[in-house]
Amino acid sequence: MTINEIQEGIIEEFAGFEDWMDKYAYLIELGTDLSGLDEQYQTDQNLIKGCQSKVWFNAKLEDGVVKLEADSDAIIVKGIAALLIRVFDNQTPEAIMNADLKFIDEIGLKQHLSPTRSNGLVSMVKQIKMYGLAFNHKVNN
Amino acid sequence: MTLDPNKYRQDFPILSEKIYGKSLVYFDNAATTQTPSQVTDVMLEYYNKYNSNIHRGVHYLSNKSTEGAENARLKVQKFINAAHSHEVIFTGGTTESINLVANSFGECYISEGDEVIVSEMEHHSNIVPWQMLCQRKKATLKVIPFNDKGELMIEKLPDLITDRTKILAVNHISNSLGTINPIKEIIDFAHSKNVPVLIDAAQSVQHKKIDVQALDADFLVFSGHKLYGPTGIGVLYGKEKFLNEMPPWQGGGEMIQEVSFEKTTYNELPFKFEAGTPNYIDAIGLGAAIDYVETIGLDSIDAYEQDLLKYATEKFEAIPGMKIYGTAKNKTSVISFLIDGIHFYDMGMLLDQMGIAVRTGTHCTEPVMQHFGIEGTVRASFAFYNTKEEIDALLAGIEKVCKMFGVKTA
Repeated sequence: MTINEIQEGIIEEFAGFEDWMDKYAYLIELGTDLSGLDEQYQTDQNLIKGCQSKVWFNAKLEDGVVKLEADSDAIIVKGIAALLIRVFDNQTPEAIMNADLKFIDEIGLKQHLSPTRSNGLVSMVKQIKMYGLAFNHKVNN
Repeated sequence: MTLDPNKYRQDFPILSEKIYGKSLVYFDNAATTQTPSQVTDVMLEYYNKYNSNIHRGVHYLSNKSTEGAENARLKVQKFINAAHSHEVIFTGGTTESINLVANSFGECYISEGDEVIVSEMEHHSNIVPWQMLCQRKKATLKVIPFNDKGELMIEKLPDLITDRTKILAVNHISNSLGTINPIKEIIDFAHSKNVPVLIDAAQSVQHKKIDVQALDADFLVFSGHKLYGPTGIGVLYGKEKFLNEMPPWQGGGEMIQEVSFEKTTYNELPFKFEAGTPNYIDAIGLGAAIDYVETIGLDSIDAYEQDLLKYATEKFEAIPGMKIYGTAKNKTSVISFLIDGIHFYDMGMLLDQMGIAVRTGTHCTEPVMQHFGIEGTVRASFAFYNTKEEIDALLAGIEKVCKMFGVKTA
């Protein structure tokens, strides 16, 4: 599936939630279910600096697509990371670089995108795009 | 008689706001208190009728604004019982006040090998300026520790203070633990060793009556926005003898006597430390906030907030898995807490969805978090306009969050 198709799927899923509690309960579920990262990958290098919670992303390039794993000490943040993984995992570096991320806004998580020192969602997206850029450079050289 | 919060809630229009369609419960008062109409009305009136740059203006408006700002200075003087109004310097806030002292006092009195003492429970704004000073001057920063209840171990002071100690800077009330520190005792002991003391009163002026002369504080700093006043205005109180000896920190207009390219002479106190156009309308707003607080009375405010704290603490302690950080015998209306298995950020985010405003994280006191080996807490801080019903709403909110996380609440 393309990044856009996955995003459409997420938007549709969230449209089914009646209130904020269902939405957050789902994020908690996603966060709980995400297998997380081995401690060996919970390194400073993989740490995304958000002031309030710790988030680690680990990325590698395999057969031309990017493989992503993530973890966080806050469950809701881990749930948001799980959504990002769903969108970006197994995509080509080029697709990640050029992705237009619209689902965050549409599922009402925009408040977490404010440039405050909150959960580092902005930094998460930036980091994934950086991985895309770096791997794209690797593929083309 | 006990204070009735409902008598005052209407003074604060923001308290009637709906957040995501729910009634706002505002428990982030230790970060910023809300501003009553009595304050914003005065500020609006100045903007609409008298706004003009103060001091040395020949015209009517400038005189009115000058009068307003200088009158505010007198209100601050009276509020903290300073001996002279020129010992009251307007700054941008507590942080700027501390930076002013660290830079100017530091320039004047601190040299290589000297020592500065702070405490383990300081806000970063009462650590970093001193750390920067110590780096510049090759001086040493020493720390008064606190015990696991969050009480300063002042019995360590005799070991910490030496003849190289040049200043001790400590908060009156901790922003993350709520501890009320025995500042009179600290000041008396420091003075017996000839060490001047700076008191960070950012968390205390809104709860406790301050008398800088009775305390014999050498410097005392606070912010307007934690005292029901506007943001961007703060106070540095300093004893005349120090302020006179200290060099200006920032240069510009207002702070000069005469300027030529060969030599500049500086204005007298307090203007020597108020370079540039002062934040006069916010100063006037601060004056109005002091009037407001004094009309209610700090003693009744404090008594009522203590009542809220007692009510909340008892209920909090009954929640399974609850840990309160900061259990000092003397504390103010702040509860920092964590619940087993729930990250503070998750808790704060979900409470927010219910219209409940709390603060989460380190509260700019990372050393406090390091002491307890935690990454942060959820902090609920109460003001006199909060009610027991709001505390019940918070408790219900916490219970709801626990349920969402499958954490048992009973």
